[in-house]
Amino acid sequence: MWKWLHQWAKPERLYQLCGRLIPWFAVLGVGTLLLGWIWGFGFAPADYQQGNSFRIMYIHVPAAMWSMGVYASMAIAAFIGLVWQMKMADLVSAAMAPIGAVFTFIALVTGSAWGKPMWGTWWIWDARLTSELVLLFLYMGVIALYHSFDDRRTAGRAAGILILVGVVNLPIIHFSVQWWNTLHQGSSGILQQAIDPSMRTPLRWSILGYLLVFGALTLMRLRNLILFTERHRPWAIDVAQGGGKS
Amino acid sequence: MTPAFASLSDFFAMGGYAFYVWLAVILTLIPLFGLVLHTVLFRRRMLAEIRQRQSRERRIRAAKSKKTANEAGESV
Repeated sequence: MWKWLHQWAKPERLYQLCGRLIPWFAVLGVGTLLLGWIWGFGFAPADYQQGNSFRIMYIHVPAAMWSMGVYASMAIAAFIGLVWQMKMADLVSAAMAPIGAVFTFIALVTGSAWGKPMWGTWWIWDARLTSELVLLFLYMGVIALYHSFDDRRTAGRAAGILILVGVVNLPIIHFSVQWWNTLHQGSSGILQQAIDPSMRTPLRWSILGYLLVFGALTLMRLRNLILFTERHRPWAIDVAQGGGKS
Repeated sequence: MTPAFASLSDFFAMGGYAFYVWLAVILTLIPLFGLVLHTVLFRRRMLAEIRQRQSRERRIRAAKSKKTANEAGESV
């Protein structure tokens, strides 16, 4: 199994694997996301308390969930990069950071646009919102730190340590609605059990759609980073000349 | 499955929450498209740079071999 795993740690192989997987993830991701959103925005029944404003849920909840999910996967990649000195693992975490930052930004602004009509305020400094904002700063810190070193190995190690330290924020975000008083509603269960099926099914499609889009973007960015770090190698030049298709 | 709205204008009105709902939608789509655009443009720029560097190196090599050929011709 290790042998099987190690061949994907070769930049050229991994680059080709990315190229082969991207179309699948992209098409399935966009399709699933559109299914979830069209269903959620056009067909799910209105909420008896929140009216039609609850439809923001279909863009807010998956973004918020995966803002943490992306961070967790980024932390796993950073851990592998630090412990086993795997160069490609550092690139994986570098590829994921901007996606996580965008998801976190989406979760914050859509939550804000939902909070104004429902709570009467755009923003409140409570535990859930503040810890999610800290997550955005962590992502931005990781991106900045990664770009502040000329040597890619050092950059990967420094960013990796920051990523691992930041993991402490994940349980804080998750349990913030239980540990402290907040305007934010509590968890509907890890599998959204508390939501009525007519509203839950499109939500689950949206969650899956965000995940697949995250996968596609990760592969696209990882492929770019591999090519960038290997840009002086013959195979990379071949790709640029159009010789190595995909 | 029945649509939740009677008409298209009802759909856009979102039961009076139009501003907030569509604001959230726009602020989701713009960053997502921005991220995709950044990824695609980065790739295109990088490929162009590699090609440019490659053709420059080829020109330098060609000029060098010409020069050595000339020098060899003069010495004869």
